[in-house]
Amino acid sequence: MSDRTMAWLFTLPTIILLLFINIYPLIWTVYLSFTNYKANRRGVEIAWVGLKWYEKILTDEDVWLNLQATAHFLFWTIFFQALLGLILALLLNKKFKGHEVLTTIVVLPMMLSPAVVGVFWKYIYQPQAGLFNHIVNAIHNFGEFTMIGNVSLAPWSIIIVDTWMWTPFVMLMCLAGLRSIPDYLYEAAEVDRASKWQQFIHITLPSVLPFLMLAVLLRGIENFKMFDLVNELTGGGPGSITELASIHLKRAAFEKWRTGYSSAFAVILFVTVLGAGNIYVKLLNKLKEK
Amino acid sequence: MSASRDTTRSPLEPSATSRRIAAFLIILYASIAFIPMVLIVSTAFKSVTDAISYPPKIISEPSLEGFVNLFTQRTRQSAEYLETLPPPKTWYEEIVRKRNMVIAGPSRFIQRFVNSIIIGFGATFFSVFFGTIAAYAFSRFRIPLKNDLLFFVLSTRMFPPIAAAVPIFLMYRKLGLSDSHLGMIMLYTVVNLSLSVWLLKGFIDEIPKEYEDAAMVDGYSRMSAFFKIILPQAATGIAATAIFCLIFAWNEYAFAILLTFREAQTLPPFIPTIIGEGGLDWPAISAATMIFLLPVVVFTVLLKKHLLRGITFGAVKR
Repeated sequence: MSDRTMAWLFTLPTIILLLFINIYPLIWTVYLSFTNYKANRRGVEIAWVGLKWYEKILTDEDVWLNLQATAHFLFWTIFFQALLGLILALLLNKKFKGHEVLTTIVVLPMMLSPAVVGVFWKYIYQPQAGLFNHIVNAIHNFGEFTMIGNVSLAPWSIIIVDTWMWTPFVMLMCLAGLRSIPDYLYEAAEVDRASKWQQFIHITLPSVLPFLMLAVLLRGIENFKMFDLVNELTGGGPGSITELASIHLKRAAFEKWRTGYSSAFAVILFVTVLGAGNIYVKLLNKLKEK
Repeated sequence: MSASRDTTRSPLEPSATSRRIAAFLIILYASIAFIPMVLIVSTAFKSVTDAISYPPKIISEPSLEGFVNLFTQRTRQSAEYLETLPPPKTWYEEIVRKRNMVIAGPSRFIQRFVNSIIIGFGATFFSVFFGTIAAYAFSRFRIPLKNDLLFFVLSTRMFPPIAAAVPIFLMYRKLGLSDSHLGMIMLYTVVNLSLSVWLLKGFIDEIPKEYEDAAMVDGYSRMSAFFKIILPQAATGIAATAIFCLIFAWNEYAFAILLTFREAQTLPPFIPTIIGEGGLDWPAISAATMIFLLPVVVFTVLLKKHLLRGITFGAVKR
């Protein structure tokens, strides 16, 4: 068998599967986004509506509120995770006794199923039986309050859980960055009598930064798509306060059955993520060159 | 200066004090982050009343009510009816009887668990199989538009699952694949393919080309060199990839909740629906969560070395 035949034989299954379950549905979505199709009404003739849905989405104030909720969630989760993750990595890099075991323990939450974790946090957040309110009130007594049911607290309830889950990921990335720094850089700095602070600013930080940025981008893409955790924890509520983009999409597509509208929304989301993905791959290649 | 007291320490080594402070802070963080895990296990062994008591009970009398409720379906009966019954024969009947209920039959938990295993392992097998051969081809052969193809493979992972769910829902309905094991295995295979191809390409890239070249000089065909030289060399990488695919399929929720209802429903959409009398049955949910999370915890410990590589699709190797 020639190399050429083998190359085709080996890559074709993957390409065919991706075409069948990824590209075909994608094209279908784009088509549906220009029609008035409703998935729960079969047999009705599909009419072309042009850019109606796109126009509707981009001028709809509710959609902008969803996107604001998504942006709020994205900003604060990434802020806390980057900050905490970097600090934890710097601490773990001191290589004290037992740091490997502790790393494994700290990392656990990110491997768990977000949906199942979301349900369980609903229990932790319960106003009366929940441990969260109890601990908060032990620190400072706020009296009775509810994290999930409160309009101003609900957005923070999902930020806390996501930060709990994903800080370890940023930590691992930063740790990989720290370990990639060759010792001789610090040795040279010591010879030059650079202070620890100068070493941190001029050696440590610049080496960790690309790893931190990659982590932030990956988290950004993931949280832009965020669905499972929030769907179980708050279900988008109260009202639509925590209705992130994906939750809005699910409600439109599978509860209101506005298939055309939701397809257009899906296309808009996809284009946005793909843009971010392009930047990600470029950054990734730069990282590889190093 | 401390250096005079401690001359053996290189200036690069952190001092004992800074190590101690670091250890203290990490242990503090780890213990806070670990509270939910402890709570899952402790709630699983609480009785229904203890689980919703106010103020919350940290320590309570251990009870297996959660597990009994998880595995059975129960019906409430009147006291008069219960008195006519013979005394409970087993320990679990006794627990149920105390709540004035009788066991009506097994719950759906085991069936959902089996679904999770069938779909998880099925999808893992196919995505690793197709992923390995594709990764080998991408690693060793000159393929036109290789980088574009690789990006295309990755970009499929960028699509929000909910966005993909609409057309897949319609397509599966037409093909009769909705709520079927085969449909879910195919879907998870494809979702995992991007991870599998990218990770395995990284692992195979690390195997020197000279190995196959030498084998081919010795008269092996490329195909047999792939099976006899590359596959054994890539075994660790293949195993790590398989575990990542399995964890993904095991944890997946978005497609599962939208595309499965009864026959092929897996555990993630099922666990949140476990209800007792007057709302969610927290001990049963915790028991289910514990059983559900345990394999993932074991795998995470096993995967320690490859964790980062898996999550960044092979971008960061350690």
